[in-house]
Amino acid sequence: MDGYHQRMPLEGEVRIPSGCAISGIIDRSGKRFSAREAITSISVMHDRSNGLGGGFAGYGIYPEYKDYTALHIFYYSSEAKRTCEEFLEEHFDLINLSKIPTKKHPAITDVPLIWRYFVTALPTKLSFSQLDEDEYTARCVIRINREIEGAYVFSSGKDMGVFKAVGFPEDVGEFYMLDEYEGYSWTVHGRYPTNTPGWWGGSHPFSLLSYSVVHNGEISSYDANRRHIEMYGYSCTLQTDTEVITYMIDYLHRRMGLTLEEVSHVLAAPFWSTIEQKEPKEREEYSYLRNTFASMLITGPFSIILGFNGGLMALNDRLKLRSLVAAEKGDRVYLASEEAAIRVIEPDPDRLWYPSGGKAVIVTLDSMQEGEAHGHQLPVSAL
Amino acid sequence: MGINYLYPPFEIMRNQDRCITCRVCERQCANLVHHYDEDKKRMTADESLCVNCHRCVSLCPTRALKIVKTDHIFKENANWKSEVIEDIYRQAGTGGVLLASMGTPKDYPVYWDKMLINASQVTNPSIDPLREPMETRTYLGRKSSKISRDAEGRIIPNSSGQLKLDIPIMFSAMSYGSISYNAHKSLAMAASELGTFYNTGEGGLHKDFYHYGKNTIVQVASGRFGVHPEYLNAGAAIEIKMGQGAKPGIGGHLPGSKIGEDISATRMIPLHADAISPAPHHDIYSIEDLRQLVYALKEATRYTKPVIVKVAAVHNISAIASGIARSGADIIAIDGFRGGTGAAPARIRDNVGIPIELALASVDQRLRQEGIRGNVSLVVGGSIRSSSDVIKAIALGADAIYIATSALIALGCHLCRTCHSGKCNWGIATQNPELVKRLNPEVGSNHLVNLLTAWNHEIKEMMGGMGINSIEALRGNRLMLRGIGLNETELKILGIAHAGQ
Repeated sequence: MDGYHQRMPLEGEVRIPSGCAISGIIDRSGKRFSAREAITSISVMHDRSNGLGGGFAGYGIYPEYKDYTALHIFYYSSEAKRTCEEFLEEHFDLINLSKIPTKKHPAITDVPLIWRYFVTALPTKLSFSQLDEDEYTARCVIRINREIEGAYVFSSGKDMGVFKAVGFPEDVGEFYMLDEYEGYSWTVHGRYPTNTPGWWGGSHPFSLLSYSVVHNGEISSYDANRRHIEMYGYSCTLQTDTEVITYMIDYLHRRMGLTLEEVSHVLAAPFWSTIEQKEPKEREEYSYLRNTFASMLITGPFSIILGFNGGLMALNDRLKLRSLVAAEKGDRVYLASEEAAIRVIEPDPDRLWYPSGGKAVIVTLDSMQEGEAHGHQLPVSAL
Repeated sequence: MGINYLYPPFEIMRNQDRCITCRVCERQCANLVHHYDEDKKRMTADESLCVNCHRCVSLCPTRALKIVKTDHIFKENANWKSEVIEDIYRQAGTGGVLLASMGTPKDYPVYWDKMLINASQVTNPSIDPLREPMETRTYLGRKSSKISRDAEGRIIPNSSGQLKLDIPIMFSAMSYGSISYNAHKSLAMAASELGTFYNTGEGGLHKDFYHYGKNTIVQVASGRFGVHPEYLNAGAAIEIKMGQGAKPGIGGHLPGSKIGEDISATRMIPLHADAISPAPHHDIYSIEDLRQLVYALKEATRYTKPVIVKVAAVHNISAIASGIARSGADIIAIDGFRGGTGAAPARIRDNVGIPIELALASVDQRLRQEGIRGNVSLVVGGSIRSSSDVIKAIALGADAIYIATSALIALGCHLCRTCHSGKCNWGIATQNPELVKRLNPEVGSNHLVNLLTAWNHEIKEMMGGMGINSIEALRGNRLMLRGIGLNETELKILGIAHAGQ
């Protein structure tokens, strides 16, 4: 690993369970707003984090570059930056690059180099790879993270971005000056790892392409899920739940073409006894999904908020072993670990409810066409 | 006849104060150990005939009997141990191959006993199986790798034949012939009641048992005994037996003395003719031939039944399994070298093959590295002795478990390891009608159901402790295991960390 942290094992060299706080906000009309509310919401849950990791994902934040992939990268040495930029130039057209603006904050220290690149795949390279653009980009990201020491891509989507650091999430928001970005949805995460290397890449949200996941829990199925998903070219280098969950969602939604609803029936499949009570056609479909993707069932406590282009999805484990609250006010939908984290920014919601275990809450922009939240099937040759 | 160098290994201790000379021991012993001495008016015994099966001990109404190991010794020698010397005497006397039964009694490492299971503390909750659903149901068979949808976009369930198991444990192959009619019936009844499967072994399926078909796996072995279209279609799945853990690389031999009318009809061979299974399938000399048999069987059953290929765990098992996974087989069954047998050459049983734990770990890892683990389900057997062995096997990567020795013990077997004599006093490994009737299928089936029900309770308790409430989340979940007292190489093969890491 890089020379920056030598005393403690880094994320990925050791598996670290964490407790956490999560929150998410979306405006279904597509109206853009700053991360201020997300910062306020997560600060109420200060005690659910321990200052060892916080972060945000915003969607709709780069309208002027919405057709380009925005890569956010941590560098721990200028050599890592040089190697990584060489790699990027070999594989992508670099449309724009800059340091990500930050503001000094007393609680955020040991800051790496933080860079942002807007890129698009080199057409010749892309066609030679026989992959579609998403798969091409995903493979490049996974390769950088696995092979270039001291470089870590922590955001790789379009018209979205992840901002994270070691610190309390509200401080991380100030550090990245997220007041100055506007998006139609935000998710935020405060981390409570039980043992910490204090590495920035290990903070959450975890993201691949335009998927980002914030997660609270410790899943007991971790190694079954990890060993399964690694068959399909993913590398779980961080050994965190969030990472494996993100890869499973990417696989099921983008590569297998399942709808998000169907993805939720895999990750938090209903008990067989529940499936058996369903109508024959539904029963067949649920059984098929559960059996076909049996190794992607997640057990143990989790609550996640998935961000994707055009929406948010919240999902709890089947027994609801972690708290998760949802609320609605006008065009806004709020999701959070605690009701207080919603009330602090929306004291008077039209509706507030506790989603049942295993029951996904999927919220999309009004402008999204039916079916747009579905993944698309890759040609078999690419799989 | 020359001098008999062999001293009996056991002594029969009879408490004459307790013995009431009821002579039940004499009537119960098919080995003719006990007899009544008219002159002395008391029971006496010829311990040279005793196999230590405990039939007499268990039935003696006054507990007057016990069997102890003789303290007669050779001059001690760490290299030339007494059993080594005795085997040489035997072979010098007969010129024959030494025969043995059941799994090897040698002191090889049992890796199940060198792995420890995890439990939740603080960071995530354990789950109480008495209060929350705890699922042990599993499906065996190839998983489809592509989603198909109809015109309305609804998913078309396109999985080929799947075996549904309510518990992840099946009874593995024991042929009618190697075990009795009543033993087979006990297994069939128990499998039906438990929602799992038993396996015909290579001896065909007795006509009385066709109605257990939906809980039956029918086997096709190198002798092709009793294989016909109706048989293939009678079961829920078809197993091609390529090998057996206790005797990899060799065939089988059921002596003509055991081929009575029923067995002759079931196996479709002449009465009292020896039933010899060749060592290889003579139509399978390579992997491409296996593919042809797999598809011939699928054609014969119109692609409605999964095909299992059973192999013995041998040195290059992961490459073999990878070949099988690409052969069209739906399920691979691997039998470890501690697995049992009705008869095998002792030297082969005790020296050929590898432990199932290592075979399973390396096969599961290899299939994942090749990205084809989803093509097949993995079933393992070869001395699974308890629910914790089951948990460990699933965490290493098995979909389900085969048991046979444990099942026979539940039926009363005392592991005397003389099945090949055909004189099983417990009515299990015999075709003698007087002995067979000692095993009541109702009672036998009840014991099997009890055993697996108990194991399933324990499995649920341990799963709950780990915070896992569905068996599929345990499968291949090697973080739930730690090694204890294992070296680096062993840990690497098993793919687990050492305790404390």
